[in-house]
Amino acid sequence: MTTHYLVLSALLFAIGAIGVLTRRNAIVVFMCVELMLNACNLAFVTFARQHGNLDGQIIAFFVMVVAAAEVVIGLAIIVMIFRTRRSASVDDANLLKY
Amino acid sequence: MQSPAEIVPHSTGVVGVSWLMIALPLLGAAILLLGGRRTDRWGHLLGVVMSLASFVVAVLAFVQMLGLDPGKRRMAVELYQFIPGVANIGLLIDPLSISFALLITGVGSLIHIYSIGYMSHDPDRRRFFAYLNLFVSAMLLLVLSDNYVGLFIGWEGVGLASYLLIGFWQFKPSAAVAAKKAFIVNRVGDFGLLIGIFTIWTTFGSVAFKEVFEAAPGAQQNTLTAIGLLLLLGACGKSAQLPLQSWLLDAMEGPTPVSALIHAATMVTAGVYLVVRSGAFFEAAPTAQLVVTIVGVATLLAGAIIGCAKDDIKKGLAGSTMSQIGYMMLGAGLGPVGYAFAIAHLITHGFFKANMFLGAGSVMHGMNDEVNMRKYGGLFSVMKVTAITFIIGYLAIIGFPLLSGYFTKDGIIETAMEHNQILGWLAVVGAGITGFYMSRMVFMTFFGKRRWEDGAHPHESPAVMTVPLIILSIGSIFLGGFLILGNRFMQFLAPAVGLPEELPSFHPFSVPGLATLALVAVGAAFAWFRYGAAEVPRVAPRGSFLTTFARRDLYGDALNEALFMRPGQWLTRLAVFFDNRGIDGLVNGLAAAIGGTSGRLRRVQTGYVRSYALSILFGAAVVVGALLYVGNM
Amino acid sequence: MPWLSTLMAVPVVGAVGVSLVKSDKLAKQLALVVSLVVLVLTAVMAFRFDPALGAAKETRFQFAEVYDWIPAFGVHYGVGVDGIALVLIALSVILVPIVILASWHDADGTGAAAPPRRSVKTYFALLLVLEAMMIGVFAATDVFLFYVFFEAMLIPMYFMIGSYGGAQRSYAAVKFLLYSLFGGLLMLVAVIALYVIAEKGTFMFPELVGVIQDPTTQKWLFLGFFIAFAVKAPLWPFHTWLPDAAAQAPAGAAVLLVGVLDKVGTYGMLRFCLELFPDAAKFFTPLVITLAVIGIIYGAIVAIGQTDMKRLIAYTSISHFGFIALGVFAMTTNAGAGATLYMVNHGFSTGALFLITGFLIYRRGSSQIADYGGVQKVAPVLAGTFLVAGLSGLSLPGLSTFVSEFMVLLGSYERYVVPTIIATTGVILAAVYILWMYQRTMNGPTAEKVKGLPDLDARERWVVGPLIVLIIALGFFPKPALDMINPAVDHTLSNVHISNVHVTPAVAEKKGAGQ
Repeated sequence: MTTHYLVLSALLFAIGAIGVLTRRNAIVVFMCVELMLNACNLAFVTFARQHGNLDGQIIAFFVMVVAAAEVVIGLAIIVMIFRTRRSASVDDANLLKY
Repeated sequence: MQSPAEIVPHSTGVVGVSWLMIALPLLGAAILLLGGRRTDRWGHLLGVVMSLASFVVAVLAFVQMLGLDPGKRRMAVELYQFIPGVANIGLLIDPLSISFALLITGVGSLIHIYSIGYMSHDPDRRRFFAYLNLFVSAMLLLVLSDNYVGLFIGWEGVGLASYLLIGFWQFKPSAAVAAKKAFIVNRVGDFGLLIGIFTIWTTFGSVAFKEVFEAAPGAQQNTLTAIGLLLLLGACGKSAQLPLQSWLLDAMEGPTPVSALIHAATMVTAGVYLVVRSGAFFEAAPTAQLVVTIVGVATLLAGAIIGCAKDDIKKGLAGSTMSQIGYMMLGAGLGPVGYAFAIAHLITHGFFKANMFLGAGSVMHGMNDEVNMRKYGGLFSVMKVTAITFIIGYLAIIGFPLLSGYFTKDGIIETAMEHNQILGWLAVVGAGITGFYMSRMVFMTFFGKRRWEDGAHPHESPAVMTVPLIILSIGSIFLGGFLILGNRFMQFLAPAVGLPEELPSFHPFSVPGLATLALVAVGAAFAWFRYGAAEVPRVAPRGSFLTTFARRDLYGDALNEALFMRPGQWLTRLAVFFDNRGIDGLVNGLAAAIGGTSGRLRRVQTGYVRSYALSILFGAAVVVGALLYVGNM
Repeated sequence: MPWLSTLMAVPVVGAVGVSLVKSDKLAKQLALVVSLVVLVLTAVMAFRFDPALGAAKETRFQFAEVYDWIPAFGVHYGVGVDGIALVLIALSVILVPIVILASWHDADGTGAAAPPRRSVKTYFALLLVLEAMMIGVFAATDVFLFYVFFEAMLIPMYFMIGSYGGAQRSYAAVKFLLYSLFGGLLMLVAVIALYVIAEKGTFMFPELVGVIQDPTTQKWLFLGFFIAFAVKAPLWPFHTWLPDAAAQAPAGAAVLLVGVLDKVGTYGMLRFCLELFPDAAKFFTPLVITLAVIGIIYGAIVAIGQTDMKRLIAYTSISHFGFIALGVFAMTTNAGAGATLYMVNHGFSTGALFLITGFLIYRRGSSQIADYGGVQKVAPVLAGTFLVAGLSGLSLPGLSTFVSEFMVLLGSYERYVVPTIIATTGVILAAVYILWMYQRTMNGPTAEKVKGLPDLDARERWVVGPLIVLIIALGFFPKPALDMINPAVDHTLSNVHISNVHVTPAVAEKKGAGQ
């Protein structure tokens, strides 16, 4: 009964993951991360429905809160990087290596 | 045979406070060292007073002892617990130790007085007296202690004083090196003594003389021999006996009063004391005793041969000291009769050798510290007191009839003859050589042509130096006869070392005695022809192989260098290399390997977000896969 | 009164105070006062200590305090001292004020070779923190607490070497830290395994004694503890961190490092290796004694070949630690008591040597022996005290180290004749390395750059004086210290269940009569 929801969740997650791996624009990568998170949320809600309790739904709320916080910090960082480097490409921000 | 008397506790009278003998000079040394320059003005006087005070205590203790029955003359004075269960600090006042105490404080005080004059121009005179006091204190602890641990403390204490005094003029590299050499060679001996003490402890469960000597005859023969040989190794180090003799000649770098006190009269005889004190072991271990006599004879000949070739007056006397201690060691290996003669010879030697050393110092004092006898000559007329007292000492050491050395050395030779003819005759030969080299010294110094350096103005030393010489020379004349005739000293020592049934009687015209006299006369006459009647060249001629052999101290130093020093240096370099490259190299190599590996591994951190994301995904996939696999099992 | 907790709390509070005060000078003075307060408190505690109680199991650790720390795992805050721990705590609290006074200018950057100026307050605060930890490590009666202190001690020392040391300080500090952590990790595994296998539900040391019976388990756990302690002590061949650390550390830190921190290793062997794993200890004794004897000779020979004074002293310490390990594993009363006393005496004598060398380096700016010569002429007091400290390093009778070395060798000879004879040759080598160094630095003609070096000033005399007094006093009268140590060592050996070799009945009688 809930299989379709789960398949949708998995598809969304896969799309997000591929987006994170392949796109260079930080904003797009960021949106893909959000997509993955929302895929997870869908899975949580689905399982909540399946098991007949509210645990999954509660966790979905937690994820949303965390995602919101992440957006705030993440966007701020991206903007800072754009200001200093005139680019939002993640490949340009590779100083933190070795 | 009468065995030694029992040691009984005693705490009355002066004997009860006999620790003052040790404490007073120690206090003097402490005041002078801690007081620093403030004590410069009166430091030397304090040193003399402390030494004399110690002498007074020794005399009073001696008088108290003479008032006692001979069987009660071994008195133990308990002081305090040192290492609980192992050793206490306590004193043993008996005829043997009191004889030493009198010699050390008596001759020591005279040398203190002499040093006031001798060191008067030295800016560090106070420090010199501090060290002398330290020496007297340590030496008294050595001879008075009632156990081996206390003895060992004194033993190393005198080593320290000797180190400090040989290196007193430490700004001279030769003095600093000589001081270090003396200490290290002595440490080799101390190593033997330490192991000896350990063996005594494990065998008898005690280190106190009283218990150890009572139990000694019951121990195993091999153990006793081992103990004897180990103690002998210690004695060889301190007394400059073969094979640990090499430090003594170098030790002459020290100021002359030091050579007189430490390296002639007292410290170097500590080995003889140790052997005599440990008589209970040696008497029960004939092998060890035999080795003692062999070492003694070998050294007495070696020292005499070295003495023949030295142009440095102090080194000549040092060779002679070695030789004379060889005689004492020989006597110490011969049982109770030998002990008495050895100790008697030790005491008279203390007088006449100190006498000659101080005389040599007086000569040097007048000759701008020149020590080369080839630059002396004809000094008799300018320093009469020094010359006469020196000649008295000389006659005493060669055994001129009726002087001190005649009685004591002859006693040793006669006793040796009874034990072993070969050793006895070798000792006679040694006496002949003594006659030669001592005569050579006297002729080169006081007679013949004046071969002085330009600018030398020899003069007689002040009274503070000559009076001790006169007192010592009086002892050199009479002491031997007083001690030996009628076996006076032997009877006195009996409570400490035992007494044989049959006492030796003094034969003035025995074969060995006459042979000795004849050989000495030949030696002296030979010396007269070579150095008295003939011209002495100012630069030493090359000389035969034998002369070179003797001049190089019988190649003792060369041997040490080849056997120990060079391999030691090599080993040290090897060890340092091994430590830096081997062990530390292994550690640093491991560190470098880990560092290199991580240096390669860190390349994985490219800095590209995408590659990190991929690895996270990969990791997640592996985790999920593993969970599925486990879940399906 | 919780004596031991107070002893630890005072320096910690003092450290906070030191880091808060305004001026550097005030910080130094405060640090000195705090350390002296600790010294006085320890002295009072030592007078209230009753060595006779050490024989009974219940009263073995005096001034004991036990509180639950992590009840779920049976971890306690458990402290208490027996005679062995007490003398080592005394050593620590005596050395700390001396080191503080000696290090007065070490962080100022004023010395001829000192590193640039660093935070003075931090240095003295670290010293006080270290003091608290040193007290804690000797006082801990809970194995876990001991481990915590054992590792925590590294941190202040790491910073003292790494920030305040010589030219190669970071190399030395990291080497020191890595070596110690390596040993510490092995010990951690052994500590946890001990807890699990013992199944006692507690880490308290007295309850763990004699619990592990299985020989194989004992051997593995023994090794875990022993390697940690062998690195710490350090025993040959785990020693190469010490010369680097001691040579690079500022003189004061080097004193605490070699004088106290390293003693934790030998102390641990005596307390934990022997008592917790007696059968394994006996099994490994031949190995340990071999390492110890190699260390004695090897350390001495390598010391002879050194050209740097501080490295030389560090190598002599490796030789001395060999003697201590020999004494611990000889397992006789004399050797054990001698080893314990050796730990204390070595702290004083090597401490004095390091400090005086430090004064010399502060003046001249070099630790190379070749840069000196004839110092005795210009600075006789410095040279004289250096000689006394050096002589105690070569165990001259009349100085304290002799008593301990003699007891160690005597006690070892009772059981192991040949190794002891080999070890005794160390006394000859000791004379070589000390006197040769003395000759090259202090004797001979005065070197050009040495001319005009000032002699010890009043502060420096106050640093050296107490140490020299202690060295001489314990050299002639070691009984007070031995009276503390002996019952504790006897107790330890009785837990090892070893038949005490003893010689003849005559001795037993004498012992009874003597006391």
